[in-house]
Parts: sequence; C-alpha cells; structure tokens
Amino acid sequence: MSEVIVVTSGKGGVGKTTTTANLGTGLAKLDKKVVLVDTDIGLRNLDVVLGLENRIVYNIVDVIEGNCRPAQAMIKDKKCDGLYLLPAAQTRDKSSVNPDQMRALVEELRKDFDYIILDCPAGIEQGFMNAIAGADRSLIVTTPEVSAVRDADRIIGLLEANNIRDNKLIVNRLNIDMMKHGNMMSADDVVEVLSIDLIGVVPYDEKIVVATNTGTPLAGDGTIVGNAYMNICRRIMGEEVPYENLDVKKGFFAKLGELFSAN
Amino acid sequence: MGLIDFFKKKSTSDIAKDRLKLVLVSDRASCSPEIMERIKNDIIAVLQRYVEIDQQGLDIKITKTESDADTGSTGPALYANIPIKSMRHSD
Repeated sequence: MSEVIVVTSGKGGVGKTTTTANLGTGLAKLDKKVVLVDTDIGLRNLDVVLGLENRIVYNIVDVIEGNCRPAQAMIKDKKCDGLYLLPAAQTRDKSSVNPDQMRALVEELRKDFDYIILDCPAGIEQGFMNAIAGADRSLIVTTPEVSAVRDADRIIGLLEANNIRDNKLIVNRLNIDMMKHGNMMSADDVVEVLSIDLIGVVPYDEKIVVATNTGTPLAGDGTIVGNAYMNICRRIMGEEVPYENLDVKKGFFAKLGELFSAN
Repeated sequence: MGLIDFFKKKSTSDIAKDRLKLVLVSDRASCSPEIMERIKNDIIAVLQRYVEIDQQGLDIKITKTESDADTGSTGPALYANIPIKSMRHSD
C-alpha cells in the first residue's frame, strides 16, 4: 500500500528540500519505489539538491495540464534505483495548480509507487494548501530556533484543521555543542513545546552544504547525518529504531568545569 | 562571574523555551493584545459594580493550564490576579 507524505515547515530555509531529497534517497536504498514531487512552483529547488537539474523536460504543471503523461515528466535518479523526481515548473506560479488537481495527481502516482513524498513550499498560502491536499501524513521540519518552532506550531494547527492527523516532527540542524552549553534548545525541548511526536533528529553538519554543492544526498553513506536520515526512513516504514544519543544535557561536572574556567 | 550569579543565570535555551511557550499560547488562542485589553476592561467594569479594585496591581493574561494527568494535553487558560481594595456594601 502506498503512502503520501508531505514534508512541510511553515518557515523557509529550515531544510525541507534537503530532508525530502535525503528521505527519498534513504527509502529507495531500503528497496522502496519512491517519487519526490516538488510542489514549490516558481521556486524549484529539489532538482538541484538531487543533482538532476539538467534532465528536466516536462514538469508538474505539464502533467496537470495534460501536456504529457506523469511517466514522461518523471526523472529517474542517477545513483539510486527506485527513486524518481517530478519537478516543479519554474516559470509558473502557485495558482497554476489547485488542490483538486493535486489530489488527482497523487492518486495517479499511488498506482506505481510505495512512497510519494511532497516537498512543500514555505508559507501557509495556496502552495501549502496544494501540497497538503492529497497527503496521508506529514513530516514537519524545524530547527531549534524560536521562529522556526513557532511557525511549526502554526503548521501543525493547519494540518489538523485539514484532517491530517499523523504529523511527526524532524528537528533539523541541531548543534550538539551549542545545545550542551545551553545555547540551543534540545530536541526534547522542542517536542515539549510543540507536544507532537518526534520521528528524528538531524545534527548540524557542514557535510550537508558540501553534499548540496555537488547534488548528492547523504542518506545511507555512513556519515552521522546520513545515518540520522536512514533512521528516519526506517521509522517512516514503521520500524522501532532507538534514538541516537544526542540529547546529552550538561552534567554536573561540566558545569563545575565551566565555573572554574569562568573565574 | 560570581558563584551566585552562575546558579541564578538561566541558559539562553531556557529563555527561548519560555518565550516560545508564552507566544504559542497566545498564537493558539488567536487572541490579539487588543482583544486582551478589551477583556481586561470588561472584567474591571463588572467587578467594579461590587468591589473597589486596585487597577495598578491587576494582572490578566492568557496562560497554559497545567497538563492533564490523563491526557497530558494542555489548553489555554485565562489567568487573573485582581487585588481588591475594599468591598462595596450596597443593599
């Protein structure tokens, strides 16, 4: 049975597209057939994060307007078997598509794929409404910052209002060092504030920037970040995967050490 | 930095968390400061029919209820602390 998952956040720049690319790569490496749908019409980016920007012929608006079949617009990933991208249109805008059309497109894709992952645009306007229209469940990406968490809370409210009840949280770009020093909220802090289930924590790592430079997602490559994405993929598939021990609260001795160094 | 300051000092992550909790309560209740002001004025107007209140000392805000032991869920609650100067006795 196929599942439609929307990756959303409210706030821009928290890592929705990178997360989508990595989860798609990870699920494909776990032998699932996956299509990633870029719903950010006018601001297409998933193609460059995956390194597939040179292969685009048709896009999502072409499919919806009937200029081509879905299979013609979908691009097969270079490295990963079973992973496909349905790119957004770059020269159109969000009003080119409506929620009913998105629902119909997603239903069509269900026939051929195990997972349909929708990369949602930032904001809560029409692009968001289009992206969530056909979704069964959501992954909410946030960073441990006040602005991102606040927007995530708003998004959770909107998802529930639109009858999407299975909403899980990904805490992205957690800086372990800052967290240990009490200068960044922990994943537990964010979960407590939002009262929503966590599905994964992705630590901050410069490797992500490097990976995006070359258009090669990290999932499943053995790095800490790559492993974090793979664990999220397994949890999406329903496996119980223990959490990486990242949330080390500052212990007494560390505090004591700081006390002496401060004086 | 002295010893006492150190133990008193809140980490910035705790400050972030506290600020978030407060801002989310008003976001969720979708209650603007303007409406808050009107609620406050209406409460004062009603109370003043019966008692004389200390308008400087009053504190009215929307906070979060203590989490429910069964469900663990929290909801918004109107918190009001209104000092009474004297009771008005009118028969």
